[in-house]
Amino acid sequence: MWALLLIPFIGLLWVPFYNFAEPSLFGFPFFYWYQFAWVPITSLLIWLVYRSRTPDETEE
Amino acid sequence: MAEIDWVALSIFVFFFALVTVMGFFAARWKAGPVNEHLDEWGLGGRQFGTWITWFLIGGDFYTAYTVIAVPALVYAVGAYGFFALPYTIIVYPFVFAIMPILWKVAHKNGYVTAADVVHGTYHSRGLELVVALTGIVATMPYIALQLIGMGVVIKAMGLSGEWPIIAAFIILALYTYSSGLRAPALIAFVKDIMIYIVVLAAVVIVPYKLGGYGAIFSAANDAFTAKGGATGILLKPSQYLAYATLALGSAFAAFMYPHTLTGVFASKSADTIRKNAILLPAYTLLLGLIALLGYMGHAAKLKLSSPNEVVPTLFQTLFPSWFAGFAFAAIAIGALVPAAVMSIGAANLFTRNVWKSYINPDITHAGEASVAKITSLVVKVGALAFILFLPVQFALDLQLLGGLWILQTFPALVFGLFTRWFRAEGLLLGWAAGIGWGSWTAWSNGMKPLASLTLGGDTYTFFVGLGALILNIVVAAVATALLRMVLPEGKGATARS
Repeated sequence: MWALLLIPFIGLLWVPFYNFAEPSLFGFPFFYWYQFAWVPITSLLIWLVYRSRTPDETEE
Repeated sequence: MAEIDWVALSIFVFFFALVTVMGFFAARWKAGPVNEHLDEWGLGGRQFGTWITWFLIGGDFYTAYTVIAVPALVYAVGAYGFFALPYTIIVYPFVFAIMPILWKVAHKNGYVTAADVVHGTYHSRGLELVVALTGIVATMPYIALQLIGMGVVIKAMGLSGEWPIIAAFIILALYTYSSGLRAPALIAFVKDIMIYIVVLAAVVIVPYKLGGYGAIFSAANDAFTAKGGATGILLKPSQYLAYATLALGSAFAAFMYPHTLTGVFASKSADTIRKNAILLPAYTLLLGLIALLGYMGHAAKLKLSSPNEVVPTLFQTLFPSWFAGFAFAAIAIGALVPAAVMSIGAANLFTRNVWKSYINPDITHAGEASVAKITSLVVKVGALAFILFLPVQFALDLQLLGGLWILQTFPALVFGLFTRWFRAEGLLLGWAAGIGWGSWTAWSNGMKPLASLTLGGDTYTFFVGLGALILNIVVAAVATALLRMVLPEGKGATARS
């Protein structure tokens, strides 16, 4: 599950993959809305890892 | 802009007065003995839950200077300036994986600073000192930049001279002195809500007035083409590596700073930090939208004498005075929160890792709190002097170098959480190599954060800080390997406490 945390790094650091104008969305070139899209995706991935881990025994 | 805008100024003064009262009142919020223990003054009692931590870290990580400088960079160079968005996304998987472990170590041993953790791991006063000094030196120009951010909006309202900034900073220094971390934590609520209102209004109303996002992007594209097309709203292939390495290096550096680590250590549990790694990206959406204000400046055909004016001028041009005043207050208050947390973080480092380690090892908890309080004043006066007496460019250059420097504390702080293989001496050498090579390279390139390497006829341009970090790690690993051959047992350097 922890490997999910690496996905945003791959998706965002491999720049040639998203440096395009088309397809645009609501007037945003692909370059922009693609990177914006990674914000909720990253939150979701972290949440999935958070849910799957065993809670700390001694906390709170 | 010589005319004073009284409507904007009145709104501005109202909100500024409001947070001043809150700042002083904060000492009694979730009250603890603020003067008796550094945990109280410097970490707000280590009790902040998920929401307070969200507002506090959001408030001090996404600074006022960001609100001015990121759109200014996007206005000036286009897509390349947008690296702040991938940077503030990939930082969170990193925070989620690393910071809860760091928090546990700090919580178990009562550590207040990064240098405390490093000393506890390696028992090396030398390594502790360089981590502390790197943190303090990297933070000072960062505080100075908050003042620059505040200065830009004050000037936009028609006030001239240095006194408004001096007055604002004295007020800030006084309530930070009396309330400690509780003051920025409380003010962060107001600041963040105001910034959200301002940005959401801007990203709806400005495109409505300028013909939609399609029109904004195409106006920006035309402006860059007219300038010769060296940069544009998409990256040039030669910028790919620079863009990616700036994002990655900045993400690794972000939570090495004293102000962000203070937010981490002040939270009440490791789970608080994990939940924040999930929730903090909301601010990143905001930052991405703020960055687009730079393009809106092109679409609105603003006449600017400096790119830094793009945000204030945009608000003055497209919004009524009262809303511009509200936006300016949001940005100025946005400067207070990080400036306060940064000065507290630097004061904690000085108190714990310089004063206690070298001057008075027998200091009491109350003594630590009072040394830290006085240090926070000194740090703020120093940042103010920076702005008043040195050229602005100097603060900008130093802040840039600061990012490179703070990144060199990464191996000492983070590797020890996972392995005890590294030796303090090796890490010290690596730190020195990274700082030395990185500073020299940035300086010899005219203070640009980029370095170039030619391999087999191709030139690769990348972020100096990340190159320096790689050098740092290689040197630390080689030196450690050699040391382990010569001195297999070490001399207590890596012994567990």
